[in-house]
Amino acid sequence: MFPPIPNPTAQSATPKFGEKDLIRRSASTVTPPQQRQTEVAKLIDVSKCIGCKACQTACLEWNELSEAVGVNVGVYDNPHDLTPNTWTLMRYTEYENPRSGNLEWLIRKDGCMHCEDPGCLKACPAPGAIVQYSNGIVDFVHENCIGCGYCVKGCPFNIPRISQVDHKAYKCTLCSDRVAVGQGPACQKACPTQAIVFGSKDDMKQWADKRIADLKSRGFDKAGLYDPPGVGGTHVMYVLHHADEPHLYAGLPDTPRISPVVEAWKGVGKYAGMAVIALTAAAGVVHHILQGANRVSETDEENADRLAGGKS
Amino acid sequence: MTNSWTDIGNADVVWIMGGNAAEAHPCGFKWVTEAKHNRGAKLMVVDPRFTRSAAVADHYAPIRPGTDIAFLSGVVNYLLSNDKIHKEYVRHYTNAAYLVKEEYGFSDGLFSGYNEEKRNYDRSSWEYQMGADGYAVRDMTLEDPRCVFQLMKKHFTPYTPEMVSRISGTPQDKFLKVCEWVASTANGERAMTIMYALGWTQHSHGAQNIRTAAMIQLLCGNIGVPGGGVNALRGHSNVQGITDVGTLTAAIPGYLALPIDSEPTLESHLAKRTFKPLQANQTSYWQNYRKFYVSFLKSYFGAKATPENQFGYDWLPKLDVAYDCLRMFETMYQGKTNGLICQGFNPLMAIAHKNKSVAGLSKLKFLVSIDPIETDTARFWENHGEFNDVDPAKIQTEVFMLPVTTFAEEDGSLTNSSRCIMWKERAADPYFESKTDSQILADLFVRIRKLYEKDGGKGVEPLLAIDWSYKDPLEPTPDELLKELNGKALVDLKDAEGKVVRAAGQQLASFGEMRDDGSTDGSMWIYTGVYGPGGNLSQRRDNSDPSGLGVYGNWGFSWPANRRVQYNRASADPEGKPWSERKKYMFWNGQRWSGPDVPDYVPTIPPERATGPFIMNPEGVSRLWVRGMMTDGPFPVHYEPFESPVANPLFPKIKGNPAARVFKGDMEVFGDAKDFPIVATTYRLVEHFHYWTKGVHMNAVMQPEFFVEISEQLAKEKGIKHGGWVKVWSHRGSVKGKAVVTKRIKPVKVDGKTVHYIGCPLNFGFIGEAKKASPINSLTPPVGDANAQTPEYKAFLVDIEPISGPVA
Repeated sequence: MFPPIPNPTAQSATPKFGEKDLIRRSASTVTPPQQRQTEVAKLIDVSKCIGCKACQTACLEWNELSEAVGVNVGVYDNPHDLTPNTWTLMRYTEYENPRSGNLEWLIRKDGCMHCEDPGCLKACPAPGAIVQYSNGIVDFVHENCIGCGYCVKGCPFNIPRISQVDHKAYKCTLCSDRVAVGQGPACQKACPTQAIVFGSKDDMKQWADKRIADLKSRGFDKAGLYDPPGVGGTHVMYVLHHADEPHLYAGLPDTPRISPVVEAWKGVGKYAGMAVIALTAAAGVVHHILQGANRVSETDEENADRLAGGKS
Repeated sequence: MTNSWTDIGNADVVWIMGGNAAEAHPCGFKWVTEAKHNRGAKLMVVDPRFTRSAAVADHYAPIRPGTDIAFLSGVVNYLLSNDKIHKEYVRHYTNAAYLVKEEYGFSDGLFSGYNEEKRNYDRSSWEYQMGADGYAVRDMTLEDPRCVFQLMKKHFTPYTPEMVSRISGTPQDKFLKVCEWVASTANGERAMTIMYALGWTQHSHGAQNIRTAAMIQLLCGNIGVPGGGVNALRGHSNVQGITDVGTLTAAIPGYLALPIDSEPTLESHLAKRTFKPLQANQTSYWQNYRKFYVSFLKSYFGAKATPENQFGYDWLPKLDVAYDCLRMFETMYQGKTNGLICQGFNPLMAIAHKNKSVAGLSKLKFLVSIDPIETDTARFWENHGEFNDVDPAKIQTEVFMLPVTTFAEEDGSLTNSSRCIMWKERAADPYFESKTDSQILADLFVRIRKLYEKDGGKGVEPLLAIDWSYKDPLEPTPDELLKELNGKALVDLKDAEGKVVRAAGQQLASFGEMRDDGSTDGSMWIYTGVYGPGGNLSQRRDNSDPSGLGVYGNWGFSWPANRRVQYNRASADPEGKPWSERKKYMFWNGQRWSGPDVPDYVPTIPPERATGPFIMNPEGVSRLWVRGMMTDGPFPVHYEPFESPVANPLFPKIKGNPAARVFKGDMEVFGDAKDFPIVATTYRLVEHFHYWTKGVHMNAVMQPEFFVEISEQLAKEKGIKHGGWVKVWSHRGSVKGKAVVTKRIKPVKVDGKTVHYIGCPLNFGFIGEAKKASPINSLTPPVGDANAQTPEYKAFLVDIEPISGPVA
């Protein structure tokens, strides 16, 4: 058994990280802290998951979210996709393994991967709407969100969802509020089989090694850890029986990376765009110097008065 | 459970069959994942569907619903014919050596003594040969043709891998892999646990399913050892508790029997149950039955129970027949029952043949629903369109709903599958005007008794005789009730030398202190010790495990006698030494039995006395052949479900279990394969708890709507679309739901014929937040297990077709 995280005391605790620990902030520059906090990670062991959805309900409860009662469309996935309220979702895939001839029911908990190199944050044009803490957690700051949806396009895992109610983007926070006071995420706490464990990224990798050895002893030669380098590694990792074929697990990307459009937009494009903006501003100044300011004439005032019905 | 949840972590092989622990017991399932992770244990799952448990298993084998005995008997045959048994265990700890009466026999699927008209057996030939010394005759070489071992070999010969596959549809290689893994534990070095639930009980031969599993475990020597056992996973946090306290229809608390008509006196009742040893030096613990019974009567009737009036035995009801749920609804249906109290019970959802249930409820004068929620049963009279199509104007039943607290709103104890009694404290105030169950029942009792005191009437004597001396008669506290279950000394109890061992008024420390002269009380002997002189031990919360074997001896109190693994004397060989270092548990240390657990044995009896480890049996050994203890045979036999797609391949003339009770008129409600070619089975979903949580928003979100699981092959044959609507109907009713077309169910070849089966979750009804549905028991047949009368929900016949959606 992975040593459980002790329950909190009744005393209120000071958060272990905050503004001062930001290493990235969307559409802004930050001065990273001198020392980075221990990187955390959630490890989801797909081979231990029984698909009970306790994590999914714990997520709704802890985050005080309410999802609508849907319908059955022929599968166990409910709701059928991530939503602004459902930040984590069990996805079920029936897979007939051609090598063993056995049926496998691959059950994967989907949600934000908390990329070390977060595509959402890179794509985000709203200053401070997406932040990354030095422990690796990528969080959305809703008061700064403008609901443009660029984060959705920027995410290689198709995770954020835009609310039609408040037009803001939502996704898993890795329970940053719980982690800040020394607890694990709610999903991890609720998991009955320790398919979800939480701790430092190093510890999680070590634990994953044991699990992978166990899977290999049971004939899963390709068992391995999913910590994709294309996004600099992730702070949510999977143990997969078929690490060579992540796509088997309800389309988990084999080699996720930030979309070239976002890279271009935030790389070359960003500077090109800034140049265009600068040029436009310069043109305005030149125009002002040459043409002077627009002034309101008396005729203008009279016309306005007439339009207003002479009430002014 | 013979063992405990935490003990599953000690298993080397975990076999889940007749249950789906990951689905129905996700929290307890952690011990399976622990055994796998820490010990490299192998998990195998045998189930009609590839379940959530199968999703994390090392081996999965499919099986046609209702054919578990054929499969399990095939395993027995494999073990016997390949000599893969734990020989010393079988020789010394089972009745393999016992000789059976010459009159006993088995032919054409029937045992000796069958009465076709009455559908039952005269079981007198199902007995041992008795010697001149008054003890049963044995042949320790196991070679006598009349010994259980030889009879068993013969009995199971037909269950070859070919035959198993022919009956159950399990591919032979998948079946044989199960056999090999089972056999890998038949040596005292390794252990296998079997986990089952209602997938085994809900058949017309349910009790025999479990019995066959027990036989396998005995042949392997897996009973009484850590990581072994036959483990019943109970479907409620406290369903173990309610069975313990005697909500069984023919029992009083602690699995003692209610008297029957033919037992007019206490002595006549006791004489049949205080079994004398069948072998020298055996404990035969039921010799103490009398002490437990008298203590129960003393608790019930207090000072009014005296030796002169047989301790009030006359006041106990005498059964003519067992009044199980199926019979309750049968008598209601016949108009013989006019009132029903449902306490935490939603029979419209839970009982087979919903249309019969509605008809029965409609004939009642009154129905009382004591429940925290509004149940479908309490609203059986309400029209819910096609989901409950009744005419309220024609139903005169008066319905009373008494709101009761939920488990979290009251103090008290729960008893889990591990037989562990655990106290909990109320976490929230009762909602609005709800009251606890004991408040409601006490209030009812006091009022009814007052009416009888005033007006008299039939049965007044027992009512007036009951000892109701609680501090507040209207509110017996959980503390008082647990104390009462435990029992106390009524006078100073003295030992043989006259020394007072328990002072009058003191709580009893163990059921060993109970007496049969009326000097002790205690209404449930098996719990005695939980609230002894040391106080309420169910409140203990010490989670230390000194042996590292998952024995949390100071956590709660596990009945009987705080024992965690039952029959644990069998973890050592006849000399008292552990079978192996690897499986060391309880052993003889030269002076006494020691180890991490409480010995299931008199702790000071030395191995030389050859007292058997199965102390409840007069033989001192366990039973491979069960004598006359079961109504439908001393050995299991493969009988088809009452509704079956094929004739019994072994005994074609026999329909269903020949000893199962079928009510008059119910034989006609069975459908046959001509009209209903498809097999259906029912089960729970992890997202819901029975029929309660369909009213909880969060659960309804997770699984919003009734569905039917169908193989791709059947969907193709019938033109059913994934996610489309289907209608499923049996000879008794119909339901509509969404089609979940899945690879997790596949048609099987049975006796040369392709058989399709479908799966129907049971959680949906017409009251609640989830989408409305007809209760699944609209389809199921009203026939029960021959021993326990548990209805046959797990295998019945239907037909299916695609439809357009229902009109809301």
